[in-house]
Amino acid sequence: MADKKPALYLAQYETPGACLHAAEKLRDAGYKNFDAHTPFPVHGMDAAMGMGDSKLGWIVLPAGITGCALAFTMMYWMNAVDYPIVIGGKPPGAIPSMIPIMFELTVLLSCLTTVFGMFGLNKIPRHHHPIFNSDRFAAATDDKFFISVEVEDPKFHLERTKKVLEGTHPTFIELVEDDADELGDDDKEAA
Amino acid sequence: MSDYNLPIKELGETPLVGDGTTFSSITETVAHVTETKAPRAWWVGFLIAVSFTGVLGMAIGYLFWTGVGVWGNNTPVYWAWDITNFVWWIGIGHAGTLISAVLFLFRQKWRTGINRFAEAMTIFAVMCALIFPGIHVGRAWYAYYMLPIPNEMSIWPNFKSPLIWDVFAVSTYFTVSSLFWYVGLIPDLATLRDRAKTKLRRTIYGALAIGWRSSNRHWSNYERAYLLLAAFSTPLVLSVHSVVSFDFATSLMPGWHTTIFPPYFVAGAIFSGFAMVMTLMLITRAVYGLKSLVLMKHLELMNKIILTTGSLVGYAYAMEFFIAYYSGNDYERHVFLYNRASGPYAWAYWIMISCNVLSPQVFWFKRFRTSIPVMFVVSILVNIGMWFERFVIIVTSLFRDFLPSSWGYFRPTLIDFGIYAGSLGLFFTLFLLFIRWVPMIAVAEVKGVLPEADPHHGEHAAHEGEDHNHDEAEGDVAAAPAE
Repeated sequence: MADKKPALYLAQYETPGACLHAAEKLRDAGYKNFDAHTPFPVHGMDAAMGMGDSKLGWIVLPAGITGCALAFTMMYWMNAVDYPIVIGGKPPGAIPSMIPIMFELTVLLSCLTTVFGMFGLNKIPRHHHPIFNSDRFAAATDDKFFISVEVEDPKFHLERTKKVLEGTHPTFIELVEDDADELGDDDKEAA
Repeated sequence: MSDYNLPIKELGETPLVGDGTTFSSITETVAHVTETKAPRAWWVGFLIAVSFTGVLGMAIGYLFWTGVGVWGNNTPVYWAWDITNFVWWIGIGHAGTLISAVLFLFRQKWRTGINRFAEAMTIFAVMCALIFPGIHVGRAWYAYYMLPIPNEMSIWPNFKSPLIWDVFAVSTYFTVSSLFWYVGLIPDLATLRDRAKTKLRRTIYGALAIGWRSSNRHWSNYERAYLLLAAFSTPLVLSVHSVVSFDFATSLMPGWHTTIFPPYFVAGAIFSGFAMVMTLMLITRAVYGLKSLVLMKHLELMNKIILTTGSLVGYAYAMEFFIAYYSGNDYERHVFLYNRASGPYAWAYWIMISCNVLSPQVFWFKRFRTSIPVMFVVSILVNIGMWFERFVIIVTSLFRDFLPSSWGYFRPTLIDFGIYAGSLGLFFTLFLLFIRWVPMIAVAEVKGVLPEADPHHGEHAAHEGEDHNHDEAEGDVAAAPAE
């Protein structure tokens, strides 16, 4: 059996309100590597955690422009440069008839980038996370609300962090451990 | 801040879920369906649907072996049931995107009860639709000519053709609908993963949930992604059926060559899609006991949309007639007056008018709008009527060519029937598999519209003694029944 090392503190709350106020307290205490785990997005949680706006839109914008430009270039080159054909008496590079496909490819590239960009920003798919070692955590997708503070947080301290969390009136606090061995077979619980 | 999820009584709003619904009761109701044995009705439906899918396979096999002559299509009716079915299926798909994207942008929270369902229907309907352009080309193994890939003849697709626009529009639509659906599913697949009792379920749902841990840092990007997808899907859904209508409108055929086609087709698509959602929803809701999540309120709102779009379609029929008269064009007048409203296909035309324009008018009355048998019958009639609409548009514009010597009459063959019935079989097979294995209601989204989901819900109720004169005094009154 591999050695265990602490990975994160997990505190459980019964209502979204209690979880939100706990997040506010951690933010005010200067924690950075903490997270809220809620069955649905809780209104106002981003501000309570001191998070900025999602950057996803800035990734999608260039993708959309690329899609539009790509469609125009493709059609212009194929129908007006490489093999010009006159259809219905229109010039080979007629722009109006290109608009539908320019629109469709803008949408297609934007949507693919939206989804995969979201995956990238969230670093998912992810095979393993120590938080799944907690048996209670399964309720995060049902009806319970959690706050986790990871050991990577510069302010993390086994005693002091526990005290801060206790001050937020959770119904339960748990120190979740992970296998110390990096190569350990630690995903049995996680899948 | 007052509770934003509470219905505003002054506007006549009512709760979005039934009494006594809690976070865990939603999880339980929805996840339960995928975790227990399928009811007998499911097996009966599934076996019938799979048999028809087999019919589809055999009919298409015969078609490929023999050629498109096995259909009733012949001079001058070169397009018939193939394109009718294609447009019908694509149209049905549109309601799903309308519910998931357009109603999302308009912040219509009632959509959460039905969106998953409708999006699944979209994807399966588009799959069925995609079969038809693929097989109607005759030599299906040359279907790749539609794509801009280098070939030995060094020619490219003609991008001035609306049929090529269609290839791009429909494939984009299918891709985007699937992405939208999957993104919405991730949190609910995680719910199923966390409830899984067996290793197999945990592995499969775990893989599909891609390590989702309900993190708020993830939700932030996730919600932005959802908003962006909705924002892209909204113009996309309008463009798809507009492009489908261009297949007809850009041609010079009397009866097709009209500028009203794009909005008319889009309205018809939403109309037929809502009818199909209604048909499926009524059956599933009764079989699986989802009455606390899909309320009469949802059904009534859907009926209002059916009434609106049905009337829009009726307006378009009338306007087509008026413009045919007003244009003074003999051919145009002839198509509408002698080939549609009268003549050998008058029966199809009047089925279309009575199903699409007359039958939804019962929804002006609240009594019928809230009666399950009435709405079930109307939804079926609308599905039939919208199939006939496409049939009327396609066949009645073609069957009497410009010279009487080349007039004809289209009669479907057994293979036509087999492929159409088979596509219905494929649709229901996929749909039944969906309701069996996938959460058919968006669990996370419905939880988010409960009054308890508001972090400030009940806060003032808890401190009632201390700050009763707080600005949220009205909220307290409204919150009381939900406590």
